[in-house]
Amino acid sequence: MLRRLRSNPLALTGGVIVVLLFFVALAAPWLSPWNPDDFDVKHVLEAPSAAHLLGTDGIGRDVLSRMLYGARISLLVGFVAVGISTAVGVTLGAVSGYFGGFVDAVIMRFVDVMLTFPTFFLILAVIAYMDASIWNIMMVIGLTSWMGVCRLVRAEILSLRERDFMVAAEALGLPSSRIILNHALPNALAPVFVAAILGVAGAILVESALSFLGIGVQPPTASWGNILTEGKSTLGVAWWLSVCPGVAILVTVLGYNLLGEGLRDVLDPRLKSR
Amino acid sequence: MLSYLAKRLAGFVPLLLGISFVSFMVMAMAPGSPVDLMTDMNPKASPEARVQLEKYYGLDQPLHVQYRLWLGRIVHGDLGTSFSRDRRPVLDKILEALPITLMINVLDLALILMLAIPIGIYSAARQYSLVDRITTVFVFIGFAMPSFWIALLAMMFFGEHLGWLPISGLRSLDYDSMTTLGKVGDRIAHLILPVGIAAVTGLAGMSRYMRSSMLEVLRQDYVQTARAKGLSERVVLMRHALRNALLPVVTLLGLSIPGLIGGAVIAETIFAIPGMGRLFYTSVLARDYPVVMGITLIGALLTLVGNLLADLMYVAVDPRLRKR
Repeated sequence: MLRRLRSNPLALTGGVIVVLLFFVALAAPWLSPWNPDDFDVKHVLEAPSAAHLLGTDGIGRDVLSRMLYGARISLLVGFVAVGISTAVGVTLGAVSGYFGGFVDAVIMRFVDVMLTFPTFFLILAVIAYMDASIWNIMMVIGLTSWMGVCRLVRAEILSLRERDFMVAAEALGLPSSRIILNHALPNALAPVFVAAILGVAGAILVESALSFLGIGVQPPTASWGNILTEGKSTLGVAWWLSVCPGVAILVTVLGYNLLGEGLRDVLDPRLKSR
Repeated sequence: MLSYLAKRLAGFVPLLLGISFVSFMVMAMAPGSPVDLMTDMNPKASPEARVQLEKYYGLDQPLHVQYRLWLGRIVHGDLGTSFSRDRRPVLDKILEALPITLMINVLDLALILMLAIPIGIYSAARQYSLVDRITTVFVFIGFAMPSFWIALLAMMFFGEHLGWLPISGLRSLDYDSMTTLGKVGDRIAHLILPVGIAAVTGLAGMSRYMRSSMLEVLRQDYVQTARAKGLSERVVLMRHALRNALLPVVTLLGLSIPGLIGGAVIAETIFAIPGMGRLFYTSVLARDYPVVMGITLIGALLTLVGNLLADLMYVAVDPRLRKR
């Protein structure tokens, strides 16, 4: 599998980007030339220089250091939100597909209802009631993005149900929980894995949009989205404040998308995007 | 056709109930009662007034009764009154902003389709050609591009640097003194950036989808037959393949509506356009719950209507569905 992944240049590029991002996020405290929260009123909105490779912001903080710490935030949000949505989606999808009947009908109608709400509205509506903390944001993104995974797992389990090994497991009288966990789910994991990686990209985009609008990660915590907010107010003066975070988001999302699409091709050659 | 429509509409009833239920639960989960919020802002509110308000909202009743009362008001088009200083009915505020959002979204979709369909056809017809490869790269970048970021860059370049296009609002300050032609021009100038930016992001998905749908169709036997009987490639593509390739695109169109409506929040906030998205954003910031809930509900309704339109379009395009 690794060999096939290596022969897929797009997936390889994505993989390298993702690994690099992990490294940057974990090593942020050692890589940062400055403390991301130290302000310096004598060096405000300075263009990139040797001292500040990516310049400084409106209160003299080092943009490079804030970008590096921002990588941590986007990684954290991406993975926790996707963890939540995958957990909810897999559970509901498996239950729905395995038990069928009434349970299935109820869950699927619930999915339909959730899909009818514009996700961004739902997220904002919930945030209107809660404080915009990073934990709330991850919860809300997770709880509004599980529907795709749910349908995916349900469809997989439905098609597995009729297979001999499933029928055998049932004939043995195994408890449903064990059949689902040990026999059905492992066979449905590949597409879930791909969906999760693509989901990280989506969650990072949503988080940055929320932070950009000022209802996501709150300053002084650095996130790519809220650095961009400052970039907007200093549009003509400090281009580096709007260019750097944008490029970072673009490259990150691109990396996860490439890796996800590449893995899809590798795990299921039938679906290979022709 | 009519019976199909009736069947679809009947299917909407449980969906509508579900939508209202989820909306109500989000509202009920909120800390503090709406009365607290209203009286907080008005220190002169007497205890009697509070009791009256609680009666009006049915807050002295159990939750399921509250839901029924609330649903009853919604069905009658009463979405409540805004908490903001103007105290206007929520429905009025939404109906004022809605046409602007709809106009931008319709223009947006039209632009996306006008570009995405030819791009998709060309990429599929000349698979792996240079143009196809270049568009593939652009599609991946388009997918990953945060729309608000391109919006910023475009504002910086076309607005500040070149000074060609206005970057906020829907009309210039001297709009009222313009000639009719000037007014139209002014409106168009204000719409270019918001509509253009939204189209760039939507274009990636749609053209990719058109390409794979077209590739799928081109492998079918009847296309082979059409080629075998000596039809020109142009006729094969445009007459035989295109119609079938468009079917999934119609479905995608329906599915993309919630995203478009949700995306309006970002675009309208950046470009200061007084549409539903910006109304929603300002209401979230001001914790104007009745407006927030109202727009969430209307947003879901719009999605339903959009899906219905997509279905009807599907039936119109595909004669096989009409016979059922």
